[in-house]
Amino acid sequence: MALPSYTETRYRIWHYFYIAICTFVFFFLIAPLFVIFPLSFNAEEFLVFSEGMKKLDPDAFSFRWYHEMVYGTKNPWGLAAKNSFIIAIFATIGSIILGTLAALGLSSRHMPYKGLIMAVLISPMIVPLIISGVAIFFFMAKVGLAATHTGIVLAHIILGTPFVVITVTATLSGFDHSVTRAASSLGSNPVNTFMKITLPLILPGVISGGLFAFVTSFDEVVVVLFLAGLENTTIPVQMWTGLREQLSPTILAVATCLIILSTLILVTAELLRRRSERLRGINR
Amino acid sequence: MSSETKQILTTDGIPLEVSLKKAEKKNKIKAFLLVAPLLLFLFITYVFPIGEMFTRSVDDRMVTNMLPKTFKAMESWDGKELPQEEVFTAFYSDFKLLVENETQGKLGQRLNKEKNGFNTITKKLMRLIKRNKIDESQSIKEQIMKIHKRWANVEYWQAIKRTAPPYTMAKYLKGMDMYFAADGSIAQVDEDRRIHRILWLRTLEIALFVTIFCFLMGYPIAHLLATLPMKYSNLLMICVLLPFWTSLLVRTASWMILLQTQGVVNDFFVMIGLVADDNRPTMMYNKVGTYVAMTQILLPFMVLPLYSVMKTISPSLMRAGKSLGGTPFVAFWKVYFPLTIPGIGAGCLLVFILAIGYYITPALVGGASGTLISNQIAYHMKATLDWSFASAMGLMLLSGVLVIYWVYNKLVGVDNIKLG
Repeated sequence: MALPSYTETRYRIWHYFYIAICTFVFFFLIAPLFVIFPLSFNAEEFLVFSEGMKKLDPDAFSFRWYHEMVYGTKNPWGLAAKNSFIIAIFATIGSIILGTLAALGLSSRHMPYKGLIMAVLISPMIVPLIISGVAIFFFMAKVGLAATHTGIVLAHIILGTPFVVITVTATLSGFDHSVTRAASSLGSNPVNTFMKITLPLILPGVISGGLFAFVTSFDEVVVVLFLAGLENTTIPVQMWTGLREQLSPTILAVATCLIILSTLILVTAELLRRRSERLRGINR
Repeated sequence: MSSETKQILTTDGIPLEVSLKKAEKKNKIKAFLLVAPLLLFLFITYVFPIGEMFTRSVDDRMVTNMLPKTFKAMESWDGKELPQEEVFTAFYSDFKLLVENETQGKLGQRLNKEKNGFNTITKKLMRLIKRNKIDESQSIKEQIMKIHKRWANVEYWQAIKRTAPPYTMAKYLKGMDMYFAADGSIAQVDEDRRIHRILWLRTLEIALFVTIFCFLMGYPIAHLLATLPMKYSNLLMICVLLPFWTSLLVRTASWMILLQTQGVVNDFFVMIGLVADDNRPTMMYNKVGTYVAMTQILLPFMVLPLYSVMKTISPSLMRAGKSLGGTPFVAFWKVYFPLTIPGIGAGCLLVFILAIGYYITPALVGGASGTLISNQIAYHMKATLDWSFASAMGLMLLSGVLVIYWVYNKLVGVDNIKLG
């Protein structure tokens, strides 16, 4: 972003002002995540930087809250983590299957009422979560699935499929349909064609949609708050209760772990996106 | 000539047109069958339950079913003066049945919502019936009127009559701080009790300002990301994507730490001498907290659509504008900015839709003055258990969102939503 030497002073000033604004916004976006990091190693029980921490005194730091998170008495995090992972994994599998099938149908140029159907399929992403929560709760209560893992998994499939539909449809938009026709003309049946030809080609889109569905389920709290009983508590629900009731630094230890997890997911998603763009021949 | 063209036949001897149509239809069904499982699943678990919220919100069959004889007798009552003997008798026999089934309490509560004071007088009547104090050979009207002076007040009988229809819009009116007055007209609640209207306005206000803040902060960085060379912009993109992938509760928690009275932001203000140490401003549990946290949380949803539009704008357009004599500002305003309007529309609508239904962040950092309509819905679902009112409020919010969604669909097209 070096400026040409002939730039007038006022544009030079404007340019530095612009850079300053951008720096501030980037700082505003990313800094809050980093404040959690050092505080989770706080030796004391408060959620503020102690005097010792400000002076970088090694005694002010400890792994106390990580220890508490894993071994603490009557600690809900173990159960919550187990539930979160089970629910998220099943919800992801469900979303991927239903979403990919739907995306395949939607990408066909023969699909009738494409716009309308797409709007319905995407709606769980747009409708405020609180309304989805109320509606899904009414349904699950009626069929007796409230406060069960199955109920929460189904609810998260509803919320997760739009992401799979969007990413897979996007991947399919650059898909060369002549390869499937070639497979059929060589005698392959549709299922075989899908497994051997289509799926490997759209896999990056499927996986990145799956990642979105996983994160949506793993992070979802509004609907779970309506559906969950004591047995089905998840990490977000525990964080929600923790933040409302007793703010303990254990939450920060959990939050740090979640940030590390989201970094891993981000890296995976980025790699997939680049691979998919390379495959689709989009040169940037 | 064209009319005399011979029909083209396939090898089977079927006209080509028919054969093509058949193939087309087969393909249509095939495509639809692929979508069908998800569509069916969504309809059963999601779309119909939302429809059911509507029936629940207008459903008022409880009283209708509890007092069938009364409403039958009331049909011939003009509703101006006290009803005749047979209405009282019908009411008495309906009510006696309820007392026997011990469900009269629900009726009292429901009628009490219609007109204050019903709970007391139905309880009194219930006690007398239980002790067999009512002589059925005498005039029931006289006896009931003697129990409490309210039973002799025509307004209470009008209130009962108002509950006769099996459906009511009362919950929707309540959501707008209005109610059905005694004569059936729509009236406003007292000025100091109009809580819902304040909440609607506040929700709109917060969603609007968060959208504006997101736009003001998102536009410059999206521009920077789109114009920087790839290797720098990829690095900076992480600053946008990492918050996007991080748990909402983690981000809310970090804002709670930053904004608290002894928090980092206040420490910083004290350090640079902006505020005195003993006079730290409250930035959490009020609107400030809601604005700051929601803006940071929703900012990626503004940046990503803007970025994807700006990425497609060729830099030579700006150069052309400048070489034709425009100053950089003019070139930006006349050339670049109009080209980014689709991205602005997409980003603003997305952020607005998400902000208007926000629940978690306002509930944690908003305090009393930062709560939104979603929090009120959750409150009625969980605390007061007035599910029909929660449904009504939810549908009012939903109709607003659907209008914006429709506009979004027209302007951007849902199939153009890009993620990451």
